[in-house]
Amino acid sequence: MTVSAFLTDATLCIGCKACEVACKEWNEVPADGMTWTGLSYDNTQSLGASTWRHVMFLEQPAAAGPQLAETTDPFRWVFLSDVCKHCGKAGCLEACPTGAIMRTHVGSVLVQKDVCNGCGYCVVTCPFGVIDRRPDDGRAFKCTFCYDRQKSGLIPACAKACPTQSIQFGELAELQERAQMRVHELRERGYHDARLYDPQETSVQGVHAFFVILGEPENYNFPPAPEAPTAYLKSAWTSAVICAAIAFGIICVAFAF
Amino acid sequence: MSLLPFNGIFALSSDPSTPAAKATEARLDEIRKAAAESAPRGGRPSPAPQIRGRESYYGLPVLKAPVWTWEVPLYFFIGGIAGMSACLALVAQLFGNEAALVRSALWVALLGAAICPVFLIADLGRPERFLAMLRVAKIQSPMSVGVWILVSFSGCTFVALLANELIARGYTDILIVGVNWAGECTAALTGLILAAYTGVLLGATANPVWSHNRRALPAHFLAAALGGAAGVLELLGFLITPTQLIGVVAAVIETLLGVHFELNRLPVNAPLHRGKSATAFRIAGVMAGPGALVLRLVSQAPPVRRTAAVCFLAGSLLSRYAWIWAGRASAMDPEALFQMQRKS
Repeated sequence: MTVSAFLTDATLCIGCKACEVACKEWNEVPADGMTWTGLSYDNTQSLGASTWRHVMFLEQPAAAGPQLAETTDPFRWVFLSDVCKHCGKAGCLEACPTGAIMRTHVGSVLVQKDVCNGCGYCVVTCPFGVIDRRPDDGRAFKCTFCYDRQKSGLIPACAKACPTQSIQFGELAELQERAQMRVHELRERGYHDARLYDPQETSVQGVHAFFVILGEPENYNFPPAPEAPTAYLKSAWTSAVICAAIAFGIICVAFAF
Repeated sequence: MSLLPFNGIFALSSDPSTPAAKATEARLDEIRKAAAESAPRGGRPSPAPQIRGRESYYGLPVLKAPVWTWEVPLYFFIGGIAGMSACLALVAQLFGNEAALVRSALWVALLGAAICPVFLIADLGRPERFLAMLRVAKIQSPMSVGVWILVSFSGCTFVALLANELIARGYTDILIVGVNWAGECTAALTGLILAAYTGVLLGATANPVWSHNRRALPAHFLAAALGGAAGVLELLGFLITPTQLIGVVAAVIETLLGVHFELNRLPVNAPLHRGKSATAFRIAGVMAGPGALVLRLVSQAPPVRRTAAVCFLAGSLLSRYAWIWAGRASAMDPEALFQMQRKS
């Protein structure tokens, strides 16, 4: 059994949005409106129930000075295609009270459309703000990692449509190695702020969709230290049990008087 | 249209003259080729200046706001009162209080338990699928724990009340008395969890203001449920010493928690200090805390006690809404999330 993964590379992305189009078409995701945001060319804004790939356009003024000697660009324009992270320990999956969200045999996190009853708890337990409820449909939706395609031996539609190999699909360990080599190579070439975004140290326990980025995770709206909310269960339940015991004690004392 | 750098893609995807074809492998190749041709930079990464700073992506929210509407906070309120009412019934019976109090408290518990599922189901995106909740039991999901606790609580309370009503009608068989005690004990235990778990439900999420306050939330919700249950019994006519004492203690706890939330000025708590959620939170805190406390301490006259009960109930109901609104505001604030995670 292989565990599949996405490696999305900001340094190779050309902002063409082919991944967004391919994802929408293959998965028959409904249109969810079109707004001229004025935020560079990003009129998608964020991942959501009907947006499973989202190309970010970072326009950054060169306040810190040129990174490469020959650079004359007054600012940096970086693109990155965001996607569901398919967490090693997924907040949405742990929180789902119906069992609709499951781990597939390729290691991805999948919402089963025929089980989800739209309780909305996954929406607040995703540390990356990926999954959302579709208002007209009532159920929660997110990237399926093209599980249908993977089962047929095909690569996900976004990776297939990417013209620059910014979206690479493959086996988890192999892609992790490739990502590290890529970061090393970029740094050698003078991109000193190249880094891999793959939160391994937190309760999320690594992700199956990681990113080679330039700059800080925050610039891409990536949480710097995402936690699977199950990490909060122990302290919350401990407090609940202690407080419940105290409440019962208060009632006993009140009636004993 | 020609000014758009991506018109190749747009033209392919939005040409109204051809119906949208089901995506095929050939179609995905077509998308890739069109994208490569119309790319703004011809497929070549540029040398880049180094950027310092941890600005968020245009200040857009990182997280998704809770989708829950008015039903869920109302459920928190009613469920808490029902759960605590069952505890009051058990303790009242243990200390040999009048049967009417036990009976009324059990009726409050059962009616609450009967109303709760209505709100929970109404809030679902697919209400007709509410039974999917009972497919699985997951200890790591507070929502799943809550559903099973509510189901158990309803059952235990029903059994306890049924036995109680039979005893009141003269059926004092040892079996019925035993069932009554068993029902009341289990109803009180599940009732306590029902009143407490809603705090865990909010606390164990990715929402910054909720997860930061995950230890205080169960305390806050339990205090509200405790004072609320006593207040409902007072409004039903049980203006006795125990309900007054519980009312005073609950108002004291609300006051202390209000001070705690007011003094905790971390950026993550901003929704409790600024904006609509803060206004509601403060009004709720004053009503359930100092407001109810002063009324109870000023006079024990029945109208004043009833006013104090109403004041506390209204405050504790509003505070549940304020927590949901605070969660919405918190999800919209990327900086609060970043600061919280950088510290830990």
